[in-house]
Amino acid sequence: MSVQHDEAQDLETTSGPPSTSRRGGPSAESHSRGWRGLGWGFLVKLAIMAVINALGLLALISAFRVESWWIFGITLALLVIADIVYFTKKALPLKYLLPGLAFLFVFQIFVFGYTAYIAFTNYGTGHAGSMEQAVDAALIQGERRVEGSPTYPLSIVERLGGELGFAINDGGEVLVGTENEPLSSVDVPAASGAPSDVPGWTVVDRGRLLSDQELQAAVVDLRVPVSEDPNDGAIRTRDGSSGAVYTSTLVWDEEAQTITDTVSGTVYAPNDRGSFVAEDGSSLPTGWYVNVGFDNFLAIFTDPALAEALLIVTIWTFAFALLSVVLPFALGLLFALVFNDPRIRARKFLRVLFILPYAFPAFLSALLFRGMFNAEFGVINDLFFFGADINWLGDPWLARGAVLFVNVWLSFPYWFLVCTGALQSLPSDTLEAADIDGAGKFRRFRSIILPLLLVSTAPLAIASFAVGFNNFTVIYIFNDGGPVIPGAPYRLGSTDLLITAIFDIAGISGGVANYGLASALSILVFIVIGLIAAIVFRQTRRLENF
Amino acid sequence: MRKHIGMSALALASVAVLAGCAGGGDTSDESSEPVDASGVELTVWVDENREPAVEAAAATFEEETGATVTLVQKNFEDIRNDFITQVPTGEGPDITIGAHDWLGALVSAGVVNTIDLADKTGEFEQVALDAMTYDGQLYALPYSLEAIALIQNVDLVGEEAPATWDEMIQNGIDSGAERPFVINTAGQTGDGYTMYPFQTSFDAPVFVQDSSGSYTNEVGMGGANGDAFAEWLAENGESGTGYISTTVDYAINNELFNSGEAAYTVQGPWAIGEYPDVNVAVNPVPPAGDGTAAPFVGVQGFYLSSQSENALIAQEFLVNYIATEEAQRALYEADPRIPAWSTVAEEVASDPIIAGFLASSQNGVPMPSIPEMGSVWDFWNAAQAQIIAGSDPVPTWNTMVGDLEAELGG
Repeated sequence: MSVQHDEAQDLETTSGPPSTSRRGGPSAESHSRGWRGLGWGFLVKLAIMAVINALGLLALISAFRVESWWIFGITLALLVIADIVYFTKKALPLKYLLPGLAFLFVFQIFVFGYTAYIAFTNYGTGHAGSMEQAVDAALIQGERRVEGSPTYPLSIVERLGGELGFAINDGGEVLVGTENEPLSSVDVPAASGAPSDVPGWTVVDRGRLLSDQELQAAVVDLRVPVSEDPNDGAIRTRDGSSGAVYTSTLVWDEEAQTITDTVSGTVYAPNDRGSFVAEDGSSLPTGWYVNVGFDNFLAIFTDPALAEALLIVTIWTFAFALLSVVLPFALGLLFALVFNDPRIRARKFLRVLFILPYAFPAFLSALLFRGMFNAEFGVINDLFFFGADINWLGDPWLARGAVLFVNVWLSFPYWFLVCTGALQSLPSDTLEAADIDGAGKFRRFRSIILPLLLVSTAPLAIASFAVGFNNFTVIYIFNDGGPVIPGAPYRLGSTDLLITAIFDIAGISGGVANYGLASALSILVFIVIGLIAAIVFRQTRRLENF
Repeated sequence: MRKHIGMSALALASVAVLAGCAGGGDTSDESSEPVDASGVELTVWVDENREPAVEAAAATFEEETGATVTLVQKNFEDIRNDFITQVPTGEGPDITIGAHDWLGALVSAGVVNTIDLADKTGEFEQVALDAMTYDGQLYALPYSLEAIALIQNVDLVGEEAPATWDEMIQNGIDSGAERPFVINTAGQTGDGYTMYPFQTSFDAPVFVQDSSGSYTNEVGMGGANGDAFAEWLAENGESGTGYISTTVDYAINNELFNSGEAAYTVQGPWAIGEYPDVNVAVNPVPPAGDGTAAPFVGVQGFYLSSQSENALIAQEFLVNYIATEEAQRALYEADPRIPAWSTVAEEVASDPIIAGFLASSQNGVPMPSIPEMGSVWDFWNAAQAQIIAGSDPVPTWNTMVGDLEAELGG
């Protein structure tokens, strides 16, 4: 094979779907062969790669700016790999795989990896930021305005070398100071308002101050002591035009990594749970998130209140997922069989009617059913139970039944559709042969129709098991997992599935958030679903041997 | 839920519109004004109701300073968690609107900065400032107060306020309405918030207050008073008189009251718009026990992010553009809640409905803003829903108190 030929084939693959020209026999010559030299394919590839490189560079620059090194590294790696793959001849198979792999990496593996990372931390209420931010917050919380301190008109002043200071107007007297020099009087006749002219200093223009973020940050952080005694407090400004005396009770010692309360003398040291704790056990309100190892996973099994409620939730989740495959499948199959019978009139019209529930958005139907199942005002008790006071949503078992009913109602049209299709594609000669052999209706169904049907529908059933397992919408909207399991933390309810339980535990809807625990749970759910899918797919292979 | 989806769609749309506006707004003149902050962009999170008013204040600010204010409309319920998760990553806003009872969570997440109102402190209702104060520090600019109150159908029971629960029920029965009284229990979820005035009238507060009025983390719902409330709840629940029922959620409650089927209900000012067909009067909630029926007073205000890169200008915007009588009045007009700004509050109290809610809030206690409150709701609401639905009141209630104490202790 000549080099030129090799390259031509190579190029052709990058510029479009390769299948047609390759299989089309000798007459369908590749469009890249009509050219000598580099060819169209190469130009197209060059253009596409230029765009990709440009986008990648853009992403790199913005990642660099926000100092997000992980994203920077990953983007860089992806970009380099893409260029290597598409500009060398050796990595031919990767050319097809790379786009898919990149998406897989970004949207699946990265998300999963990040969830796993969170699962090993205590990220949640009270532990939301980094240690640095917790220190910032503690200092903010520990600094307060001295009671009775007047608000002084203030201007920001700057000395040669860029040293910043405050000039305040203290009842007609102008005082100037910096971080290291306490306030001292300057002999300037001051009228009212902020000092506008201070000898030896440049008054910083307010416009410049507000439009310069770095300067702003410096001014916000600037504390000018009132006197040599640090206990007198220091001037700070909140808006750049007025100042007041503040004292801080908490001091951060960067070397020792401790925060000291100057009033009580308490020393708060960081512990391994992401909090500043004093020796007497008291702690500062703000913590940061840290790696807690397997604690979240252990909590799921060892915290008695949580473990018991989660067990109920888990059993129900399996029951719900299984029943919401089996029941709708049976119902759908039944209707499909019935409406497949040529003796039924207006079959097409009736089929459309059956598919209608499927066309409704699930959350709307769930909302409607929620109203209809209301014990006092709902249509179901009024019409079907002669106004009886059946507490559908309040009793754990009735609520489970109701939610299952809703889900069956929502999903049987899907199975009706699938089964109708599968039935119509069954080989008619086999069925005829069975007829001639004298098989009855039931025998035909059991020995021929059902096995053949299962071959084509089993993978769909597994998929719909996974959907049922994670059916957030119906549960959340229909009755929000209620009624509540008594004494269960995080408002876990009798109809909660694992997915809605995770939502409650994460605390998204208010209350106390615990993302670490929620992530740990989602990982367990992922593993469970993955295992079940793997096992069941293995089993379905057997069906094909029929 | 339908409302939420509508709101988020609206939010999306308005973010898109605002993003468009923000791009074009940069060209305002820069030279003539004393404060020039062009190029600075402040991001403010608001909810649907408050957006127009904040927008008005922002327009003046933009005009006078050249800064850009980007309003991001969000669901009010989403703001707390989004703020807590996004501020530490640097993605959060400079300013957000929020409720005072989030304060504990925001402080322990370290995402809020303190705020200094200086000479404007005196312009606000003291209770509003108290609510926004945590451990002696003011963390937000308050702008509104709210408390639930008794709402009555004037055509059925007149404007007179009933003195007790029993009197109210009797009036309701005498009026010939189908139900004397209806109250939202959020369906099966339970709604301790709306039930709270009745609970406090039995002197069983969620948390014990110390002498200065600050909440301690000692649960106050147990003991004989708590039992008495639980029993009262069961008596009026589904196995008792049935005045309180878990079949009633927010929408059904409002529907029953608006159609004249119920004579009284307990609701907040936000529900008044749901009663177009009824002639309403608003009064303090009547006590069911021997004490005062004290509803939770909620305060809403503007929080400043602790990670804001524009702290100076954000403070400037809050103190000089939001903390003004005009801006406070505009906020009231956009979303009529009792203003925290005293003069505006006096002004709007001429409206009898507002005056009724104001009177109710004067009986009230601030909703606890300590972080422990976050753990209370789930247990508390669930126990109430169970008792109303007919489970044995005293054991259910005491189990809840025990569970809660264990949770807070652990």
